[in-house]
Amino acid sequence: MTDTTVWPLWEVFVRSSRGLSHVHAGSLHAPDQEMALRNARDLYTRRNEGVSIWVVRSEDIVASDPGAKDQFFESPKGKDYRHATYYTKSEGVKHL
Amino acid sequence: MSGHETADLDEFQSFGDVTASATRVTPGNALRPEDIAVQGEPPSSEAVAEYALWLGDDALILAQRLSWWISRAPEIEEDIALGNIALDQLGHARSFLTYAGKFWGKTEDDLAYWREEEEFRSCHLMEQPNGDFGVTIARQLFVSVYQYLLYTRLAESADSTIAAIAAKAVKEVDYHRDHAAQWTLRLGRGTEESAARIRRAVEDLWPYVGELFEDQPYADQRMHDDVVAAGVGVAPSTLRAEWDEQIAAILAEAGLEVPQVPFAMGGGRRGEHSEHLGYLLAEMQVLARKHPGASW
Amino acid sequence: MAEHTSTQAGDGGRLQAVLSPEDEAGQARFDEIIAQDSRIEPRDWMPEGYRKTLTRQVSQHAHSEIIGMQPEANWITRAPSLKRKAILMAKVQDEAGHGLYLYSAAETLGTPRHVLNEQLLTGRAKYSSIFNYPARTWADMGAIGWLVDGAAIANQVPLCRASYGPYGRAMVRICKEESFHQRQGFEILLELSRGTAEQKKMAQDAVNRFYEPSLMMFGPPDADSPNSKQSMAWNIKRFSNDDLRQRFVGMIVEQAKVLGLTLPDPDLRFDEESGKWIHKDLNWDEFKAVLAGNGPCNAQRLQRRREAHEDGAWVREAAAAYAAKTNEKAA
Repeated sequence: MTDTTVWPLWEVFVRSSRGLSHVHAGSLHAPDQEMALRNARDLYTRRNEGVSIWVVRSEDIVASDPGAKDQFFESPKGKDYRHATYYTKSEGVKHL
Repeated sequence: MSGHETADLDEFQSFGDVTASATRVTPGNALRPEDIAVQGEPPSSEAVAEYALWLGDDALILAQRLSWWISRAPEIEEDIALGNIALDQLGHARSFLTYAGKFWGKTEDDLAYWREEEEFRSCHLMEQPNGDFGVTIARQLFVSVYQYLLYTRLAESADSTIAAIAAKAVKEVDYHRDHAAQWTLRLGRGTEESAARIRRAVEDLWPYVGELFEDQPYADQRMHDDVVAAGVGVAPSTLRAEWDEQIAAILAEAGLEVPQVPFAMGGGRRGEHSEHLGYLLAEMQVLARKHPGASW
Repeated sequence: MAEHTSTQAGDGGRLQAVLSPEDEAGQARFDEIIAQDSRIEPRDWMPEGYRKTLTRQVSQHAHSEIIGMQPEANWITRAPSLKRKAILMAKVQDEAGHGLYLYSAAETLGTPRHVLNEQLLTGRAKYSSIFNYPARTWADMGAIGWLVDGAAIANQVPLCRASYGPYGRAMVRICKEESFHQRQGFEILLELSRGTAEQKKMAQDAVNRFYEPSLMMFGPPDADSPNSKQSMAWNIKRFSNDDLRQRFVGMIVEQAKVLGLTLPDPDLRFDEESGKWIHKDLNWDEFKAVLAGNGPCNAQRLQRRREAHEDGAWVREAAAAYAAKTNEKAA
């Protein structure tokens, strides 16, 4: 088999019901985007798992570098004033 | 995380993405053959039961043919696609047969496993062997466009059970039609080999198209009065123009021509079948018939 | 995300006398994640042995699902009722789905599916030996569901917690879906067992044939399973072969009573002292012979797979050619 006949890889994202985000479900192979959507429907929603599907070529996804994890995700840590639980003096006050 | 200030936040737990999941499963609500068996009236006349039997037999024989592909398709994704279509068809068959059987006090299995070949009412097109993937796709194209047009009309049937079965089925065969059209396009416009194969398949199956639209089986007085005139069923000739139009458009997009080949006489609705059906039934019925009266 | 762009910095932990600083840092990070019982994700640095072991295990698992479709597909066209036909079709179709979930996980480790498939078709890859036995009667659909899927589920539930993220996630999905597979098998056997004398005999015969091979699905005894230790250290495997086998035997003993069928094992008893089930000696010579390719259906299963692949080549080529043409037009 030559490379030209190997169907490319697609990532599949499924929205399980209205009001929810699409969530990564897995991947599959398909010759083109129309067939990728249809294959995703057959493969990942056989049990009513979805009301909407996204497919995207795997090679088109840009990802953060796991090696740079520390630099990339360090900043939000320790900034607990972004969270409601930081503000303890208002404890006991209703509707706040 | 306790205290009043978080109580309000907790209320958000049931909203938004907290429950987002790609594996949440539900059975979904839809009409099932089991429901038809226990609910609702039986067909109002034998002609109506006979009509439901025609619809059920077409779907059953096609499902039996398609089920062969599971584990044999060109790619595993396609095993699943053809499997879904086969399961849809089998579901329609079970619903129609269950309903038909209520008139005679028979179950879907009595009708599927214990009738003889000449008692089946399927059209010859459904009985045609799977051939290669191209033949299966061409058969799917012809059948699914026909079933789409038919079930669209039957969703308005004066018989409420037939209408309910058709209303569910039409959404499913709409997808079958799309699946067949997509593949016809890819085979027709793919490689030289695939174009040759799908062209041959379309030509080979074309003779069996005519039978689908023959009004002759409906000419019988009971059939005419109770089914066609009563608005329970449809005189199939009335679907032909739209079928021709849709098929011509799909074939044209795929670079294929509408074949100019003779029609084959079909007698499926009278129990006169192609030579293929006997083998298909022998295989389908062999185990059940070895054990009369057994339950499974 | 981007699970399949698994290029990694450094040279991926190739065996070297001296590890590069990048590899050393990667190894340290990897060890830390494993020690925390967290998950390794596709773009993380991982030792080459871990990658190889997982690629082999996950792809074998995928192959097993795909080959495992055949014994059951053998009965779809002859299923004795339309309801059973629908159930069996849905089940075999699920197996195709499970194969795809697993290939999808295996591909995140860097080996494309067509390469894995090639390994299967050329006989270089292994798959579960049990599928090299024929499905002779309808009751085999029951025994395969109850015993073979039962053993598979016992194996798979702990794998939902496997340290490799995509594998664990695939297993979660598979286990959710498989819950119906074992039950439908059990129900088939129950119907047969409560049916005519002929049906009951058919059921007992199928259980007799599948009992021992299903126990062997957990792999060789712990003493003869050299790779298990490393897999457990990597948090891929959570329980030993023998522990899982024990758990399984305990479950089916009770279920067999409900079925009104017997397990073909005169030695079978619970030993109070050791707290263990004692079962017959399993025929590991036969197991090895089947694994080596000498089972009754090895040749048939591979031939069928090759045929589907070869017969489908023109279809795959056509779709690829169409995609290339329409892309050109769009560009």
